Amino acid sequence: MAAIEAYPDELRYHPEHDWARIDGDEATLGITWYAQDSLGELVHFEPPEVGSAITKDASYGEVESVKAVSDLVTPLSGEVIEVNQKVVDAPETVNEDPYGEGWLVRIRLSDQGEAQALLDADTYRQLLEEA
Amino acid sequence: MVPFAGWEMPVQYEGVIPEHIAVRTDAGVFDVSHMGELEVEGPRSHDFLQSVLSNDLDRLSDGDAQYTLLTNESGGIVDDLIVYRLSPFRFLLIVNAANREGDFEWLKEREIAGSDVRDVSDQYALLAVQGPHSLELLGLNDAPAFTFAEGMVDGIATMINRTGYTGEEGVELMVPADDAAELWDRVIERSVTPAGLGARDTLRLEVCYPLHGNDIGPETDAISAGLSWVCALDKEFTGVEELRRIKEAGPDERLTAFVMEERAIPRQGMPIDGGGEVTSGTHSPMLDRGIGMGYLPAERAVPDAELTIDVRGKPRRARVVKKPIYKREAGPSGGD
Repeated sequence: MAAIEAYPDELRYHPEHDWARIDGDEATLGITWYAQDSLGELVHFEPPEVGSAITKDASYGEVESVKAVSDLVTPLSGEVIEVNQKVVDAPETVNEDPYGEGWLVRIRLSDQGEAQALLDADTYRQLLEEA
Repeated sequence: MVPFAGWEMPVQYEGVIPEHIAVRTDAGVFDVSHMGELEVEGPRSHDFLQSVLSNDLDRLSDGDAQYTLLTNESGGIVDDLIVYRLSPFRFLLIVNAANREGDFEWLKEREIAGSDVRDVSDQYALLAVQGPHSLELLGLNDAPAFTFAEGMVDGIATMINRTGYTGEEGVELMVPADDAAELWDRVIERSVTPAGLGARDTLRLEVCYPLHGNDIGPETDAISAGLSWVCALDKEFTGVEELRRIKEAGPDERLTAFVMEERAIPRQGMPIDGGGEVTSGTHSPMLDRGIGMGYLPAERAVPDAELTIDVRGKPRRARVVKKPIYKREAGPSGGD
C-alpha cells in the first residue's frame, strides 16, 4: 500500500530528499515521499552500524529498489544509536509509511547548530516544484 | 520511460514487483515491438539458415518455432533468436532489438544465391501476453510451446506465437504496426496487467534465460553459456569446429546461477571472489532475495558451491543453484 504524497511541517529536509525529526540532541532520519516514489518499491536497506559516526551531507547507507540503488545522505552529523530493524526486514515499510514506521536510523547529534542549514517543508516543496 | 536500443520503453507501469507477480500468477502484457523481425525467403533459404544458425532447422515443420543462435567463427554468440518456419522456403527470425542491424548485415554478407534476407521490423508490432491465465483471458485455445498460427483476437488478425521470455505459458502476438495500439487496448480490456521492461528482466532472470549483451555475446561461446542444447554439433554451421572442441575438452567457465545467502542485491559487473563477475543480477520477487548469474570457473560451477560477491566493497555470501532459479511446479530451487 503506497503512502499519499506529503511533507510534514514538523520535519527538516535535505535537498537530497532526506528528512530529519529533531528532538533535543537526537534526531530520527528517513527519506521523503518523493524519494521513495522515485525509487519504487524498496527491496533492500543497507544500514550503518550502530555506534558509527555519520557526517552531514555524506552517505550513511543505501536503499535499493529492483532497478536502482540510492545513497542515503544524512542531513545532520552524529552517532548512530539505533537502526530500524523493521525496515531491514521489510524495506517496503518505507514506501508504506516514509515518515512513521519507515524511519531509517536514530542519531545523537554532534552539532545541533547544523539544523539551521536544513530546509523547512515549504522550501522543500518549492524545490520539488522547480525540479 | 527510458531509451532502449533506439526506442522509448516503459520500465514499469504500476511497479516492477506487482507486474512480476501478475505474470507469475495471472497474466501480463509487454509491448516488445522493439524486437527485430527479419524474413529470409527463397528456394535455398533453408540451406542458408542451416549453415549460419546453431540449432537444427530440419526439426521444424511449417508452424513450428525454435530457439537458436547466430554464431561466429569462434563459437561466440552474435545473437540469440527465435526462428519461425512460415513455409519450406520462407522463415521469420525474431531477434534482439539492439542486434537488428548487426544481424541483418551479418546475414546479408553471408547470403547465398537463392535466399534473400529482408528487415521487416518496421512493419510489425509484437505484444507478449504471458502468465498462467494468458490464453484463457485472450479466449485462445492452448497449443504446444514453440508453435504458431494465424488467428484473431477481438477481430484483429494476428500471428499467435506460443513463445515468450518469462518461463510462463503465454503467447507473443505479431500484428501489422498499425494494429498495435488497438490490440493493446483490447488485451488490457480483457484484464491483462500492463508490464514493463523492469518486470521482463526480473522474470527472465528467475528462469535463467540469458540476456544478449549481459550474459551472452560475441565473446562468450555457446557451450560455456550453457546453450549446447541449441547447438546441433552433428551438422555444419559457423563456428561448429570450435564448439565441438570446447564441448569435447569441457569449458573452462560456465554461466552459473546463484542466490544470495545474505541480504544484498547483486548487480551486473560486481566481482565474484575467485574469478568472474556478475553478468545479470536483481532482486527476485518470488524468492524475495538477490539472485544472479555469472561465469564461474567450471570446478566451482556446481550446485551448493559457496561464493562471495563484492557488493560495492562489501563481501556478501551467495550459493550456486541449479537452473532455473525459480520453477513454478516444484517451488523455488533456492530455498534455505
